[in-house]
Amino acid sequence: MDHRELIGESIGTLLLNKMRTGLAMLGIVIGIGSVIALLSIGEASQKSITAQIQSLGANILTVSPGAERNGLVRGVSGGGTTLTYDDAMALSSDKTLTAIKTVLPIYNSRSQIVYSASNTNTQVYGITPEYLSARNIKVATGANFNQSDLNSITNVAIIGPTVLTSLWGDSAQDSDALGQNIRIGALNFTVIGVTETKGGGGGNNQDDLVYIPLSTAQKKLFGVKYLSSIIVETTGQDVMTQAMNQIGYTLLDRHHIKDVAKADFSIRNQQDMLNAVSSVTGTLTSLLSGVAAISLLVGGIGIMNIMLVTVTERTREIGLRKALGAKNRLIIIQFLMEAVMLTFIGGIIGILVGVIIAYIYAKSTSGLFIVSISAVFLAFFVSTIIGIVFGWYPAQKASRLQPIEALRYE
Amino acid sequence: MKDSIISIKDISKIYRVGEVETTALDKVSFEIKKGEYVAIMGPSGSGKSTLMHILGGLDQPTSGTYILDGQNVESMSGDQLADIRNRKIGFIFQAYNLLARTSSLKNVMLPMRYGDIPIEECRERALKYLKLVGLENRVNHLTNQLSGGQQQRVAIARALSMNPAMLLADEPTGNIASAQADEIMDIFAKLNKDGHTIVMITHEPDIASHAHRVITIKDGKLISDKITKRK
Repeated sequence: MDHRELIGESIGTLLLNKMRTGLAMLGIVIGIGSVIALLSIGEASQKSITAQIQSLGANILTVSPGAERNGLVRGVSGGGTTLTYDDAMALSSDKTLTAIKTVLPIYNSRSQIVYSASNTNTQVYGITPEYLSARNIKVATGANFNQSDLNSITNVAIIGPTVLTSLWGDSAQDSDALGQNIRIGALNFTVIGVTETKGGGGGNNQDDLVYIPLSTAQKKLFGVKYLSSIIVETTGQDVMTQAMNQIGYTLLDRHHIKDVAKADFSIRNQQDMLNAVSSVTGTLTSLLSGVAAISLLVGGIGIMNIMLVTVTERTREIGLRKALGAKNRLIIIQFLMEAVMLTFIGGIIGILVGVIIAYIYAKSTSGLFIVSISAVFLAFFVSTIIGIVFGWYPAQKASRLQPIEALRYE
Repeated sequence: MKDSIISIKDISKIYRVGEVETTALDKVSFEIKKGEYVAIMGPSGSGKSTLMHILGGLDQPTSGTYILDGQNVESMSGDQLADIRNRKIGFIFQAYNLLARTSSLKNVMLPMRYGDIPIEECRERALKYLKLVGLENRVNHLTNQLSGGQQQRVAIARALSMNPAMLLADEPTGNIASAQADEIMDIFAKLNKDGHTIVMITHEPDIASHAHRVITIKDGKLISDKITKRK
């Protein structure tokens, strides 16, 4: 007998008892389905978070005011007042700081934005002209401001597409806003540009922002002397550590601090943030996969249970097959094949269920939909292995039956 | 000796349950020649079922020798015995023992599939034997759609399919109404006429009367061996 014939026969046998076959498969379907769903959702969320962090720009260091307390707990970003525009200028003008390419001082705060009867509340970023190009933010319509706007503290604003639709309505064109006056806080600003849609969800929507000259933000709008943060673009990823040292020692020197542990600022790396996110999602994924693996184990035990029942029920059939000349090996293969068919088909259904769950999750959170290919292969492999492992004992038991005992069995 | 299909000598079978030994067969010897039609009779508990199991290669004797179609069977391993059962013996059981919810054709093909005969030849031979037992119109019927007599005829076709050295029938009419039982006996007579060796275990004298030779067993011993009919 060849394997195709055995596969056909075992599928036929499984179809004879659809209810039982379905219930036996259910454990595997749930196990495989949850593995696929969890790994796919995990991979998708990791990808989207990584993409979000990377969209901030590569080779980026963020200098924040406030001390790095102990690596885990840090002063709230923007909470401190220790960084100044002069600090940023010192970093950008010092030619000996070879690892530093661009220095972007920022002051940002929430503010009310008003245009005629519409208003919105969003983040206002006080920036220098280099900021937009350094962060890969393009002005879709209109223009960026320049150094003279900064020097003369002009009231000009570049708005994000979300701000545009908030103030001018959902069908607004970029040109509707250009040249118009909006009120930010208590001041009037002229809209000179609208940025391109960049995406990003949750609290990190880069489209829901207003950019104004840093000098205007500090001196006129918010009346502060300090910065929220300084973003430093390095000359390459290989000089990140060097850049952190150069920034650190320059600022310590300027702030007259001798002890590194007492620094009144902290420097963070994009890679650190990425690693932190990956480690969290990785831990979560492996934890949940562990739970799914346990459900697979339970499913496998269910398969073994049902196969043992099948062997007992079909004792006479096994006796007959042996009487007619079936060798032990063939009996083993027959029952193993049935168990593997159960888990394999269960696995396929589980993969479909998992993919559908991942799809529904992606749709409902408007996130990425990724089918983890490695998980699919893993699922095929694992479900087959479960069939072999948990089908082995019942198959052995079947093959060891003595033909006369089996024929006599009632 | 040359033309004997079965040659058993001093076959004993002793069952041991704990300390108690039960002798099911006690030094039974006989020969069956090619083309014979033999009934093995005996009351229940006489050891005739044990003898049937040993003759069928389903069980091994405790002592004695058994030569089936020129091969020593008594010391064979499980898989070797499976091969002997497959190629040399056509079983016909009291309870038919067909695969449930499976077509007549597939049932008849089963031993040939175990004998690794190509599937096309299996089909041809199965159809031929189903026709021989008068079931050419029931080829694709499932076994549970057939009457007892029809099921037993499928079993006969299955027993013939590997062209075995002998047909070994265990109470072949025990579960069948008498009219259909006669049909089965007619088929046996016809098969014997065509040269098939038939060994039939039964406790019914009128069924045994169809055979040409009757061996009687009682308390594990052979008590008579008579030629009852000439061919």
